[in-house]
Amino acid sequence: MKGAIVVDIEKCKGCEVCRVACPNDVIAMAHEVNHKGYHYAFQEHQEDCVGCANCAVVCPDGVITVYKIKLSD
Amino acid sequence: MDIKDIIKPENLVYQKTPLMTDKPLSYCPGCGHGTAHRILMEVIEEMGIQSETIGVAPVGCSVLAYDFMNVDMVGASHGRAPAVATGIKRCWPEKFVYTYQGDGDLAAIGTAETIHACNRGENITIIFINNGIYGMTGGQMAPTTLKGMKTSTSPYGRDIETMGNPLKMTELVAQLPGTCYVTRQSVHSPRNVRRAKKAIRTAFESQKGKKGTSLVEIVSNCNSGWKLEPVAANDWMVENMFPFFPLGDIKVDGKLVNNQ
Ligand SMILES: Cc1ncc(C[n+]2csc(CCOP(=O)(O)OP(=O)(O)O)c2C)c(N)n1
Ligand code: SF4
Ligand code: SF4
Ligand code: SF4
Ligand SMILES: [Mg+2]
Repeated sequence: MKGAIVVDIEKCKGCEVCRVACPNDVIAMAHEVNHKGYHYAFQEHQEDCVGCANCAVVCPDGVITVYKIKLSD
Repeated sequence: MDIKDIIKPENLVYQKTPLMTDKPLSYCPGCGHGTAHRILMEVIEEMGIQSETIGVAPVGCSVLAYDFMNVDMVGASHGRAPAVATGIKRCWPEKFVYTYQGDGDLAAIGTAETIHACNRGENITIIFINNGIYGMTGGQMAPTTLKGMKTSTSPYGRDIETMGNPLKMTELVAQLPGTCYVTRQSVHSPRNVRRAKKAIRTAFESQKGKKGTSLVEIVSNCNSGWKLEPVAANDWMVENMFPFFPLGDIKVDGKLVNNQ
């Protein structure tokens, strides 16, 4: 499985709840801030994302969209 | 593999339900209210009952719930949501009617309305967000505040002798014959969010089956009131709230679970 997330950066509140919920330490907080002044979440290690959607399920602001693809071997 | 090959409509596995409006939530970062709103709307979406559902918003931080939940809603005055929901449900027994209430709303000023709606067995669903504090008004002590817990009105911690005991409203209403399904959940981790969503589904299904009152308590955080960062607040909740407010079903199909 390979996954990827898209964070609605301007709506992210930088709470880090997604970061701790990710089993693969994919998510980190950006050094930059959005217009509200929050350090938004981003995929630091996208290559490790498996598309489990844990991050999106716990995001209080519902700003994460998740994609997943099954790799044929 | 290029990320562009993954981010395609056909690979979509999760996105915000359209039953949540696009308005940015008014809640503090990391506040469980947002997660609770979303799973409630997901259940309504999955049951296909958006146009058949009427919600009653409380007074508290979720006073603006009608701005975020894309269903018909009414605002009730503080604590009165179960009474308002009773009226709506009796006029439209075929509609799905729920209240969404904080602990100050449900367990303090609205204690009477809550208990009597449950005791009458009104066929409504009550979503009860228990963060042990009056979040909206600046973190005052609530009936649900834990023993020894510091709030703006109990700065030295809740003293049982002078301030009374924390109140378990959920166990209390489970004793009433009118309630059908009573459970306590949380939304701080992916597993708990999925469980809480299932519980909300069960509550709405029991309303569909006209089985009586269903109540889903969600033990939640109030980072601002507790004066903790969001992740630390969730850890504090696990350590301190859950021992007193244990998670799990309390009453299922009208029967108490585990000698409650
Ligand atoms: C009749 C009345 N009394 C008092 C208030 C002030 N008030 C507003 S919100 C609130 C408590 C909210 O706490 P809770 O229900 O726990 O919601 P939270 O903000 O924690 O989610 C109080 C006492 C009011 N608005 N109306
Ligand atoms: S989808 Fe799963 S693996 Fe990918 S970032 Fe989210 S929690 Fe981590
Ligand atoms: S959980 Fe949501 S709001 Fe919080 S940091 Fe992650 S993406 Fe942002
Ligand atoms: S004050 Fe507390 S309950 Fe209200 S939005 Fe902030 S964290 Fe949530
Ligand atoms: Mg509260």
